Amino acid sequence: MSASAKPLLQVQRLSAQFTRDAVVSQVVKGISFDIAAGEAVGFVGESGCGKSVTARAMMRLAPEGSSVELGGVVRFDGQDLLQLREADMCDIRGQRIAMVFQDPMTSLNPVLSVGAQIDDIMRRHTGVSRAQARRRTVELLGLVGIRDAARRSEDFPHQFSGGMRQRVLIAMAVSCQPDLLIADEPTTALDVTVQAQILRLLLRLRQELGMALMLITHDFGVIAGMVERVYVMLDGQIVEAGAVDDIFARPQHAYTRALLDAVPRLESAGRLMP
Amino acid sequence: MTTAAAAGQPVLQVRDLSVVFPARRGNPAVKAVDRVSFDIAPGQTLGLVGESGSGKTTTGRAILQLQSATAGSVKLLGQELTTMPRGDLRRMRRHMQFVLQNPYSSLHPRMTVARILTEPLQVHHSVAPAQMPDRITQLMELVGLEPDMVQRYPHEFSGGQRQRIVIARALAVHPDFVVCDEPVSALDVRTQAQIVELLRTLQDKLGLSYLFIAHDLALVRQVAHRVAVMYGGQLVELGDAAQVYETPAHPYTRSLLDAVPIPDPARQRAKLAAAPPEPEFDQHKDPLGPCVFGEDHGRTGNSTWHVVCPGHGVSCRFWPPAAF
Amino acid sequence: MAEARSIVDPALDTRPIAEAPPARKRRHLLLALGIAMLLAMLLVTALGPWIAPYDAIATSPDSLAGPSTQHWLGTDSIGRDVLSRLIIGGRTTLLITFVAVSLAVAAGLVLGLVSGYVGGLADELIMRGLDIVFAFPVFLLAIAVVAALGPTVPNLILTIAIVYTPIMARVVRAPVLSVKRWDHVEAARSVGVGELRIAIVHVLPMVMSPILVQTSLTLANTIFTVTALSFLGIGPPPPDPNWGGMLSEARQFMELAPLTVIGPAVAIVFATLTFIVLANGLRDLLDVAGH
Repeated sequence: MSASAKPLLQVQRLSAQFTRDAVVSQVVKGISFDIAAGEAVGFVGESGCGKSVTARAMMRLAPEGSSVELGGVVRFDGQDLLQLREADMCDIRGQRIAMVFQDPMTSLNPVLSVGAQIDDIMRRHTGVSRAQARRRTVELLGLVGIRDAARRSEDFPHQFSGGMRQRVLIAMAVSCQPDLLIADEPTTALDVTVQAQILRLLLRLRQELGMALMLITHDFGVIAGMVERVYVMLDGQIVEAGAVDDIFARPQHAYTRALLDAVPRLESAGRLMP
Repeated sequence: MTTAAAAGQPVLQVRDLSVVFPARRGNPAVKAVDRVSFDIAPGQTLGLVGESGSGKTTTGRAILQLQSATAGSVKLLGQELTTMPRGDLRRMRRHMQFVLQNPYSSLHPRMTVARILTEPLQVHHSVAPAQMPDRITQLMELVGLEPDMVQRYPHEFSGGQRQRIVIARALAVHPDFVVCDEPVSALDVRTQAQIVELLRTLQDKLGLSYLFIAHDLALVRQVAHRVAVMYGGQLVELGDAAQVYETPAHPYTRSLLDAVPIPDPARQRAKLAAAPPEPEFDQHKDPLGPCVFGEDHGRTGNSTWHVVCPGHGVSCRFWPPAAF
Repeated sequence: MAEARSIVDPALDTRPIAEAPPARKRRHLLLALGIAMLLAMLLVTALGPWIAPYDAIATSPDSLAGPSTQHWLGTDSIGRDVLSRLIIGGRTTLLITFVAVSLAVAAGLVLGLVSGYVGGLADELIMRGLDIVFAFPVFLLAIAVVAALGPTVPNLILTIAIVYTPIMARVVRAPVLSVKRWDHVEAARSVGVGELRIAIVHVLPMVMSPILVQTSLTLANTIFTVTALSFLGIGPPPPDPNWGGMLSEARQFMELAPLTVIGPAVAIVFATLTFIVLANGLRDLLDVAGH
């Protein structure tokens, strides 16, 4: 997992502007960051800081003609994603860059079996035959820890528990072996014991597939064990960036310090500093 | 000091509380709360922890009589709530209040803060109309809000401020006991810390008892004097906070504590690298899992409550984690 | 002490980037139009007796005249001024409509609230009772009532109110069923607020939006019903003018004096359209407001 000389993803002065009811708001205000191949990078911040919008903006997940204006450069493997035609962007989504969202129920199609949904993605991006896709799907479901994968691949999303659905989403995301996985609050809606399982799964997949990871969360405990570098966001800007160990041990920015002080610790019953 | 504290009696006594949702449309009956018992002393906080489906929220609502209990007893200040007539129960509510999880939906969107805070005073006739404005000012200051904001509507406040309003409303009629159901889960981490700090200060100042229901174990550690752990509707462990967090006696409690992410990179990495503790047992032979204390209960044996040391008890059966 | 408020809605961070709602101007246009039309109608009919050029029931030898400076819309078969009859007739029609619908709304609110909030046996009894009323076609019921009690204006109002109560009750009951489970209702209960007060103060205000829209639609329907009933002769008795009656009388003279038919027809269409435009305007406004 050594970082290559040229970063896999290089974002420069990315900005996102919303217009709603004649009010213009700058949700992302010209941020720059990069992710090397195989590297895990975390984005932390409170709600409204723009971390989720950053990810969606990069992936151009806003419909055409909506009220979002994007600016800056998102260079992925030599191409500026913000300038690509939508058709080319579709090729990249799912195959080179995949996303896992917070709420697995709304990300899955409720009327298709999970196996069919994973098959579809693989066949769209890699053109394998139906039989090959089926085999690979069952393999993937097993890889993400779903027991009795062959039978379960015929089940529908509502027949899985929350943690299992998230595993399915992860299987879909890695089905075409993307270079970069963007996970936006992937465990926030899950119970803590299930969360631990999913985090371990993501770590294992990263090691096995050599994927880069962009992890977006508000939870410092989750970030601590999963990433190598951290970007702290506040109000659409990056206020601090650094190696994860440095950020936790020696936070430089007052906001980072305030956040870390507010995180409750399991070991101590001391007063929380507001 | 409340009357309960003066008498040395627990504020709340819950015995064998059960809530069973009846079978319906092909789904079997669900034992959401199964024989839960605990006490809460005056001025004390009992943290009730568990994951989704553990029954902790239903327990809180059943104690408040917002959900009818199928069996069991709930005594508030020595009076039995489950059999109390409606009128008496309504009046009794001034002694027990509720802080809900979602500050965005628990306040009437069309009422000003002033009206929201006046309503409990009117309903319980606890303050003469002439004195209501003063009481409202007092409440706003108590929770750290500017009194002149009372003419605004809830949507003009942030999540943290709204939760303060919810707390102010709960305190309006001088309750003895407050059920806080995930009171800060919907808030950012800094706001969480502020609200939790507020709750603690109010407890010291007013001698309140809390039932603090939450899934965030690290957070509960900051407020709870005693902790109860629930799984599958049953109480699996109950003890002082230090006992439960430092020397957990039940395998489920241990796996729960182990799963909490530590905001310390080196330790958290090590934790994720290590395999999690998984109980080994054959579900077909014994669906409830083996007795934690190695006793043989047979297939139909109920769990029993074992006392580990004074104040610290454990249910002896282990239930498997959420099935696939 | 007030915390700084971000101009960005905190929920925006985790919602997918969505399309902007329709521009403010467009949203309010329909409503403004509807209100303008309603005000125009109300003004004209309220001032009726003072602005009508002639007495609406006064006959004259000048029958079936075409439009002229004396009679802007001409006269009918017995020389009465069409314009005056339209204005005065409008008073009757609109009066019946508004009173009948108000009664239906009031009854619907009470029944829908009780049915939805209390639930159980009360809900069953009320809904089945209303279903029985609902099953009767308006006209049959009207004919039956009129045959039994006579074709007076109060009877007509009562009939229409009864007929439209079920739909109002349904429109109230549906949102009540979901609102009564909302957090702020449970919070009020936990504070010790009594059930009656909860129903009226905490639940009812939250269901007003669909009621307003339905009321507008029912007003439109009622205009039609009232004029149809009077067309069939079941409405207010002559010589008081009303639009339906005017249409009925003018049928035979359509070719000789078309305005005697066109006049009331346009009035009926305008009134109906007013309420439909209002209903759409209200729906646009209330859907997007998201209070």
